[in-house]
Amino acid sequence: MVTPNTDVAYDSKIEGDIVVSRLDAVVNWIRTNSMWPMPMGLACCAIELMAVGGPKFDIARFGAEVMRFSPRQSDCMIVAGTVTYKMAPHLRRIYDQMAEPKWVIAMGACASSGGMYRSYATLQGVDRIVPVDVYVSGCPPRPEALLDALVKLQDKVRKTPSFKKNFA
Amino acid sequence: MTAPAAADVTSALQAKFPSATSRPSVDHPAFNVPMSEAKTVLQWLRDEQGFDFMNDVTGIDWAEGASPRFTTVWHLYSTTGHLYIRVAADNADDENPVAPSVVDLWPAANWHERECWDLMGIKFDGHPDLRRILMWEGYPHHPLRKEFPLAGIETELPDLEVAAETQAKAIAAPMAGGPFVASSKGEMNLTEAEPRAKDESWNEKKPKPHAD
Repeated sequence: MVTPNTDVAYDSKIEGDIVVSRLDAVVNWIRTNSMWPMPMGLACCAIELMAVGGPKFDIARFGAEVMRFSPRQSDCMIVAGTVTYKMAPHLRRIYDQMAEPKWVIAMGACASSGGMYRSYATLQGVDRIVPVDVYVSGCPPRPEALLDALVKLQDKVRKTPSFKKNFA
Repeated sequence: MTAPAAADVTSALQAKFPSATSRPSVDHPAFNVPMSEAKTVLQWLRDEQGFDFMNDVTGIDWAEGASPRFTTVWHLYSTTGHLYIRVAADNADDENPVAPSVVDLWPAANWHERECWDLMGIKFDGHPDLRRILMWEGYPHHPLRKEFPLAGIETELPDLEVAAETQAKAIAAPMAGGPFVASSKGEMNLTEAEPRAKDESWNEKKPKPHAD
């Protein structure tokens, strides 16, 4: 006689390698740990950005070592350096070409606020043309500061409901 | 090419070009020449006097209202004689100054002339590719002219599509009490370590005094 299975809960003996979770948590977990930066290197900060990719600071520890030089394949733009008005439209265009969801880190004083350049040629903060998630202080910031910003950004992504827009 | 000596070049130049006059200079030999003769003088300096290196092409703005307002300046160097020479010529037009291009003599002049055009607005006649070099194409001003405010002038962004999307403009930068200058004496004084606005006769609130 076959007894009906009355278990409603997950039975690991039957189901095998399955983990039950919330969709939001899974999606955010994926997004958090596979952030592919778009290195928008414009000035000295870009050198520090390169150092972050090197073995000493090793951004690979955070799953963000895949620097994509193509906007289609990256989801986190790191604006590293002085944004001039001549460069600003190109920066915005690259941002527009990135696929959603996307985030922006403004690295260093210049990208955050124009830095020491109070001049006709310099954009006074990249947040005039793209939405910025994390600002990094410093001129240029230490690589650790950028890693800290990345951790902060991961924290933000982890806490943002990823399906709110679709189902609200 | 023979190595020239400073005195030889000076006398030879003045013998060859009587219209060239000596220009006050604290360092190297310098001459004022008429703009119409500038290129001939420069070519002669290159071919006959061995000034084989074009060091700099730049301009002077004697401020709004002055006439002649613009002076174009060429700095030459002789790699064999180890001698610098400076040649200056006043531009005839005070609004749209024109100078002859020397790109065909020294290819190095290409970017110098583009920079001078971009920032001072001096056109170089005969330049093969006179585009702006620092500001974007179509920018309506020349930022190193004296009447241009240090903070900048509000302008549409170069890319209208992006400007429509972002609503952003090239805006005047806040001077925050500037313009700031470092101490010319170079001493390190911790209370005075930050560069200060020494000259506050003009800033974003008070316009720059007019030349008369």
